[in-house]
Amino acid sequence: MMDLMYGLITGILFGFLLQKGRVIRYDKQIAALRLQDMTIVKFMLSHIAVAMVGVYFLYDIGLVKLSLKATILGGVVIGGLMFGLGWGLLGYCPATSLGALGEGRWDSLWGIIGMLVGAGLYAEAYPYLVKTVLTWGNYGKITIPQVLGINHWFVIVPFIVLTLLLFRWFEKKGL
Amino acid sequence: MEKDRGWSPYLAGALSGLVSIGSVWFVGKYLGASTTFVRTTGIIEKLFSPERVAKMPYFLKEAPIIDWQSMFVLGVAIGAFIAAITSGSFRWQGIPDMWRNAFGPSVSYRAWIAFIGGIIAMFGARLADGCPSGHGLSGSLQLAVSGYVALACFFIGGMITANWLYKGGGK
Repeated sequence: MMDLMYGLITGILFGFLLQKGRVIRYDKQIAALRLQDMTIVKFMLSHIAVAMVGVYFLYDIGLVKLSLKATILGGVVIGGLMFGLGWGLLGYCPATSLGALGEGRWDSLWGIIGMLVGAGLYAEAYPYLVKTVLTWGNYGKITIPQVLGINHWFVIVPFIVLTLLLFRWFEKKGL
Repeated sequence: MEKDRGWSPYLAGALSGLVSIGSVWFVGKYLGASTTFVRTTGIIEKLFSPERVAKMPYFLKEAPIIDWQSMFVLGVAIGAFIAAITSGSFRWQGIPDMWRNAFGPSVSYRAWIAFIGGIIAMFGARLADGCPSGHGLSGSLQLAVSGYVALACFFIGGMITANWLYKGGGK
C-alpha cells in the first residue's frame, strides 16, 4: 500500500518537472527526431548524469541496489527500432503520453489506446517471441564498466565531461 | 507565449534526476512506464475472459494488477496537470501545432497515425523490455549496455518515421 503512495508521489513530481521542461509536447519530441530542437535530449541527459552520480555513490556505500535489464540484442535492437518507428508517428512515449493528457493535449489519447492494443498484441505474440527473438544474442545483465573491466567512476566522469561538451555544442548551434 | 516558456530543460532534467535518486534510495524503484500498459490491458481483458488471461504466459509474467508503476504513471498525468494549470500553459488541444502546419486540421488523420504509432511503439517497447523511461533513463543511469543500445535504436527508428512523415510521406 505504501508502495502505491510512493509511486503516486514520485509520478507527480516527475510529471511536474516533465511539464516544466516542456518535454511532453508532441512538437518537442518530433523536433528532436527532426534534429531541430534538442530540448528532450537536454532533459534526458541532465537526468541521466545527475542520477548516475547519485545512484552510483549510494551503490558504493551499500545503500541501493542496481536493477539491470538484460542485454538481449534480438529484443533490444528489434524492439527498440520498432518502438522508435512508432514513436516517430505518435510523437509521445509511454510516460509522456500521460503527461501530455495532463496538460490538455488530448491527441495523446489515441496513442494511449493504441499502446494498450499494442501491449495486448505483444501478450499474444509473447509465447512465440520468447522462443525466437528473445533468445538471440543474450548477454545477460551487463554494464559498460563490466564490459570494459574498469571501475564505474572511470566511465561516469568521462560521460559527464562528454555530456557537458555536447550541451555546449547544442547551445552554440542554438538547438 | 512568453508565459509558456517553462524552465530550462537542463534544470528540470537535473531535478528529475534527483527524483530518480530519491525513488531508488527510499523505495528501491527505478522509473519506468511501459509495463503499466501491459498490466492495464491485462485488467481490461480480464473483464471479458478471465480464464484466458489467467493462462497467458505474458500476463503470468506481468500480472494484471495495479502496482507502484501504475501509480507512478497516473502521477505523471496529475503532476503535468498541476504544472500546466499553475503556469497558465494548459491547453485543450487535439492537434499539435507542428502537425497542423504540415497536415491540416483533420482530427481523424491525426487520430489514426497516433493510434497506429501507439500500437507499433508499445509492441516494440515490450519486445525491448523498456521505453525511454525504463531503458533510456533508468538503464542508462545505471550504465546498462541494454539502456544505451535501446536509446540509440529508439532515436534511429524515430528519426526514420518522423522525417519520412514530414518530408512528404505523410501527405
